[in-house]
Amino acid sequence: MAKIIVDGVEVDVPPEYTLLQAAEAAGAEIPRFCFHERLSIAGNCRMCLVEVKGAPKPVASCAWGVRDCRPGPNGEPPEVSTKSATVKKAREGVMEFLLINHPLDCPICDQGGQCDLQDQAMAYGVDTSRYHENKRAVPDKDLGPLVKTSMNRCIHCTRCIRFTTEVAGVSDLGAIWRGEDMEITSYLEKALGSELQSNVADLCPVGALTHKPEAFHYRPWELSKTDSVDVTDAVGSAIRVDSRGREVMRILPRVNEAVNEEWITDKARHIVDGLRLQRLDRPFVRENGRLRPASWQEAFGVIANRVKGADPKRIGAIAGDLAAVEEMYALKALMQSLGVKNIDARQDGTVLSPAYGRASYLFNSTIPGIEDADAILIVGSNPRIEGSLVNVRIRKRWRFAPMPIGVIGEKADLTYDYDYLGAGPETLAEILAGRHSFAEKLKGAKHPLIIVGQGALSRPDGLAVLSLAAQVAKEVGAVKDGWNGFSILHTAASRVGALDLGFVPGEGGLTARQMAAGGVDVLFNLGADEIDVAPGTFVIYQGTHGDRGAHRADVILPGATYTEKSGTYVNTEGRVQMGGRAAFPPGEAREDWAILRALSDGLGHRLPFDSLSALRQKLYAEHPHLGAVDVVSAADAASAVQVLAGLGGTPGREGFTSPVMDFYLTNPIARASGVMAECSALARGLRLEAAE
Amino acid sequence: MAVRKLAPEEIQPKSFAFSPENEVFADQQIAKYPPGRQASAVIPLLWRAQEQAGGWLPQKAIEAVAAKLDMPDIRVMEVATFYTMFNLEPVGKYFIQFCGTTPCQLRGAGDIKKVLERRIGEQNHVSADGNFSWLEVECLGACCNAPMVQINDDYYEDLTTENFEKLLDDLAAGRPVKKGPQNGRRASEPQDAIKTLTDPSLYDGSMIGTWRKRFEEEAVKTAEPAGQDKKS
Amino acid sequence: MLQDKDRIFTNLYGLHSPDLKAAKMRGAWDGTKFLLEKGRDWIIDEMKKSGLRGRGGAGFPTGMKWSFMPKQSDGRPSYLVVNADESEPGTCKDREIMRHDPHLLIEGCLIASFAMNANAAYIYIRGEYITEKHALQKAIDEAYEAKLIGKDNIHGYPFDLYLHHGAGAYICGEETALLESLEGKKGMPRLKPPFPANMGLYGCPTTVNNVESIAVAGEILRRGASWFSSIGRPNNVGTKLFCVSGHVNKPCNVEEAMGITFRELIDTHCGGIRGGWDNLLAVIPGGSSVPCVPADQIIDAYMDFDTLRNLRSGLGTAAVIVMDKSTDIVRAIARISYFYKHESCGQCTPCREGTGWMWRVLNRMAEGRAQKREIDMLLEVSTQIEGHTICALGDAAAWPVQGLIRHFRHEIEKRIDDYAANPHSESVMMAAE
Ligand SMILES: Cc1cc2nc3c(=O)[nH]c(=O)nc-3n(C[C@H](O)[C@H](O)[C@H](O)COP(=O)(O)O)c2cc1C
Ligand code: SF4
Ligand code: FES
Repeated sequence: MAKIIVDGVEVDVPPEYTLLQAAEAAGAEIPRFCFHERLSIAGNCRMCLVEVKGAPKPVASCAWGVRDCRPGPNGEPPEVSTKSATVKKAREGVMEFLLINHPLDCPICDQGGQCDLQDQAMAYGVDTSRYHENKRAVPDKDLGPLVKTSMNRCIHCTRCIRFTTEVAGVSDLGAIWRGEDMEITSYLEKALGSELQSNVADLCPVGALTHKPEAFHYRPWELSKTDSVDVTDAVGSAIRVDSRGREVMRILPRVNEAVNEEWITDKARHIVDGLRLQRLDRPFVRENGRLRPASWQEAFGVIANRVKGADPKRIGAIAGDLAAVEEMYALKALMQSLGVKNIDARQDGTVLSPAYGRASYLFNSTIPGIEDADAILIVGSNPRIEGSLVNVRIRKRWRFAPMPIGVIGEKADLTYDYDYLGAGPETLAEILAGRHSFAEKLKGAKHPLIIVGQGALSRPDGLAVLSLAAQVAKEVGAVKDGWNGFSILHTAASRVGALDLGFVPGEGGLTARQMAAGGVDVLFNLGADEIDVAPGTFVIYQGTHGDRGAHRADVILPGATYTEKSGTYVNTEGRVQMGGRAAFPPGEAREDWAILRALSDGLGHRLPFDSLSALRQKLYAEHPHLGAVDVVSAADAASAVQVLAGLGGTPGREGFTSPVMDFYLTNPIARASGVMAECSALARGLRLEAAE
Repeated sequence: MAVRKLAPEEIQPKSFAFSPENEVFADQQIAKYPPGRQASAVIPLLWRAQEQAGGWLPQKAIEAVAAKLDMPDIRVMEVATFYTMFNLEPVGKYFIQFCGTTPCQLRGAGDIKKVLERRIGEQNHVSADGNFSWLEVECLGACCNAPMVQINDDYYEDLTTENFEKLLDDLAAGRPVKKGPQNGRRASEPQDAIKTLTDPSLYDGSMIGTWRKRFEEEAVKTAEPAGQDKKS
Repeated sequence: MLQDKDRIFTNLYGLHSPDLKAAKMRGAWDGTKFLLEKGRDWIIDEMKKSGLRGRGGAGFPTGMKWSFMPKQSDGRPSYLVVNADESEPGTCKDREIMRHDPHLLIEGCLIASFAMNANAAYIYIRGEYITEKHALQKAIDEAYEAKLIGKDNIHGYPFDLYLHHGAGAYICGEETALLESLEGKKGMPRLKPPFPANMGLYGCPTTVNNVESIAVAGEILRRGASWFSSIGRPNNVGTKLFCVSGHVNKPCNVEEAMGITFRELIDTHCGGIRGGWDNLLAVIPGGSSVPCVPADQIIDAYMDFDTLRNLRSGLGTAAVIVMDKSTDIVRAIARISYFYKHESCGQCTPCREGTGWMWRVLNRMAEGRAQKREIDMLLEVSTQIEGHTICALGDAAAWPVQGLIRHFRHEIEKRIDDYAANPHSESVMMAAE
């Protein structure tokens, strides 16, 4: 620790702290534009200048380290002033320079009300301009469907460039020309090619980069804010859902160091229009082959009729990828009361199962734990599109100090260098046998991490592959005291919650695929839109969008999206998180647990809870760890890996393929979104171009 | 700077590839830098690409350099637009960089500029015969020989409107021209008044080794007290 | 006048051949091995004792700079980088070294690299010096050929010397921008600390020195620190190349004793001021970055670091720009302001925005198209830039303007009065950008 005096206040801070951090520790606030704690230090805006006693000129506090300060002649701690006349004058000077070429268009700027420049101008600006020359005009850039530009407003802080190159790992943005002609752009205005690109608009301290899909839709102060969790992948990124009246207007990231730091994917953010479009806003029943609107009573009646006559062995339930724990719990309870054992949440056919222990299906290292890994083997996964923020962590770790990363599966641009080891299980077997050079790297590592994706597990030989991966983990010492480097990467937000609940076939029960293939006569489909149900089965679809599931349904029960209900989701690490309700379901649609509760009544098997809190009480009683929100309850990895390793089996030879074919269209909300459709088309175009 | 932009699409060549000699050149350049630091060669490669493309950098050349150095296009674009010697649009066969900075200005660069304007027209514009274009640039580091211009690779210094007009005439007519000072000076010596560097012993080798005496004397000096030390 | 025998650059004017044979006759490469055998510490110590201050503009003691380099490698190589970007308006001395006396530079590179434990050095030459680049490369090839340098050379110290060129950017003369440029990026200065001696080229310990600072090293070591330090005045010693341009009768480069008076410099070598001493208006004594000094203050001033600093100017690169009374001083400084606007790299706010502002205001002032209160505003804008930027280009842009206002405010005011007195029917066009 080092002592330093800031504005007369002595504080003890780590010597590697910057003066800006030290000042914050001492309670002094320092204005800044270019500095961002998750990006490299640019020190270019010069807004954060402070005075260091003895230094000939003010220094940029964002860039100057406490250890760079010289102590006084008698060893007194260095002294910093953040409020002196010199500092004030320097800040006012910088502010004036920033404003001379900045347009006076705050009233029509989407950044209005959330603009760092506007805020700082109130503190350090003067109300008249001494600048009588012409303002600079900078042509706007077309950066694609997500990021809107108004380049006259740019203050050249380079946050956007640093984010794309450092965090997102793509070299899309740069600054061309120089001096006052410097312009931020992509190469020849190519659309940005990152699945994380929208974060640049959050980072932009002014209104130069804003969110195109949201342009002119709202003013930030009109919105009510609800904390929630993203469900478009299994990472569980912290989000805030902002709504106006009944409508969700935007989704933005919240800081969660343990998960997404402060980034979210473009899908998580710009799925918003999909929340409005193609919504199921009333019940439907199929009559003479066509769906017609119906009342809830009618719909329940039709269902009751079918269920009554059916053999519980020919009834089944599948839970989809966006389902919250609460409704899956209710559905499972309902099925139990009907004596049904055919329940499953694994539409993709993954072999993961609670039968092998909870640690057998979790991302055990945890996401922040990736930063401790010193060798990584990725099996059957493209983390960049399956769990983008997991990939961001891997990149972060790699950027800090490149370590060996091996990939078995598809070759893809993961934004970091890796050794491509092979396409399928054979390579994994070679590593196990020590016949592959990468085995040495894993064995030599202190904290080897093995990430297994659904591309390796949702295939007929998945169990054998899983076992093989566990054997490798054992062999290289990935699971030991203080380190748990056997990690499963999920793609569905509901999956770990479902496995925790035991939403898998009971004794002799059918799997999702078996049910869909005609194994049941009556199928409850709770938002499962990624699976085709064979003709002949009577399908009750409870969901939100007119997607695949609804098209195949005989009865439709309109439910609520994740933004329209309070729900629990367990992310790939096993982290239990709760999303809040930001808006109301449209029309007659209802929250899902309540629909199931009402239906249970109609079926004569009334579920034993009348409110969400009553439901949760029972849920927590049965599954205590689900009540521990925001934490990862430790699971016994050693025995899980032991069990998996013992399963054995002979995997096939086929190469692994990623389950995510199109990043932008992985769920019914995304498929309803015009913005996602545009992104998807563009990404296809870029891929074709790259392939040329 | 504001006037610089990429050449319009119509005149952009559809492709660019380094000539075999330039490929060799590129590899030699890359070899100057430690492994993995091939980006260091970006300026020399862009420069060579510009020469090959006839004095300006087409888009495809920028991309070819990026590919050769394994750099993202935008990074090479940044370099190509940051440094003013990269011409992003075609230039004349004789590309005249006219120094307009104060030391030249003080010695009559304004008149030289008028000649350029009268004979060629606006800057950044190629004369109808394709022979000339000019650009006002910043100090070219030949201030003792001001005013001056650079035409393609060479400096032409100590200009007057007369000798500059003649220079342009000669170039236009394809006559040989003298590089460097146009007023008979050799380099940056005071014209016809050199008072220094006249001592012939500087050049006949007679001074070689004379400096060693100092070390020999010192060696003796340091040896003596050391010897005394031993005695006492 | 400095005696010829005390001159280092004996082929400054290119009157003799630059090639190795002739250079050796002039004393280059004479006993280099002997000097290296005296050891690193001796070399650095001699350089310190010689009192040589960097010739690139800032005047930092060269020997001390060399001593900052790590004595023991931590596994990273060390580099010497020679700054041959020579772009400061008024400065044209390194060019003469490179094309006429290249072997002094090459020998200096070997000695300096040896002293700093560097086995490779890069010379970064400005892109416009194309013929100089070829001349220097030819000399480097000669030195390799003669095994004076190279992996296996007669000096027994493996050493590679590479020539690298820029492509038109004054800012690449700033040492960290130069390193960025050498790494294949835009020439944008880096934040310091870390200093290059810690983290320079490719993240390795690096020292950047001006061509002249390096090229004099061999002769200083041969003739002795005491010889060098006996020339000039205390703390401002040695010989120095002066580049005299502007309104003198015979503009030239000349090697003179540091601390020669301005009058002697001009009268001895430059044929006097155009129109006589009474016709002198002002002098920019150290390249465009330093404030101008009016005639009465400069005429008998010593041309050295300390004297000129006390005149609130600086020796800078010793590029002496002389202006006689025919000079439109406001326009002359406005043109310098344009230079800095043109050369600002653009990364930091005060320089990017302020240089253009100053130029635009000055440009109007040169025509008189301004208000008198704008003079103080301009001065304040310059102080808002000065000291607030990453690199010294911000200062360099501010100082000439401050010098103008300090000494020639009356001239600007007169312009404004004249303009106001002569009503203009049409608004005056701004200079083309
Ligand atoms: C804007 C700017 C431009 C500079 N240009 C040059 C230059 O062209 N040549 C040079 O040697 N030093 C130049 N310098 C100084 C260098 O940063 C550095 O101080 C110098 O090369 C160190 O060498 P020295 O210690 O031998 O003087 C410049 C500095 C600044 C701030
Ligand atoms: S002062 Fe100017 S040139 Fe120097 S880093 Fe800042 S913007 Fe670039
Ligand atoms: S925040 Fe420190 S310079 Fe921008």
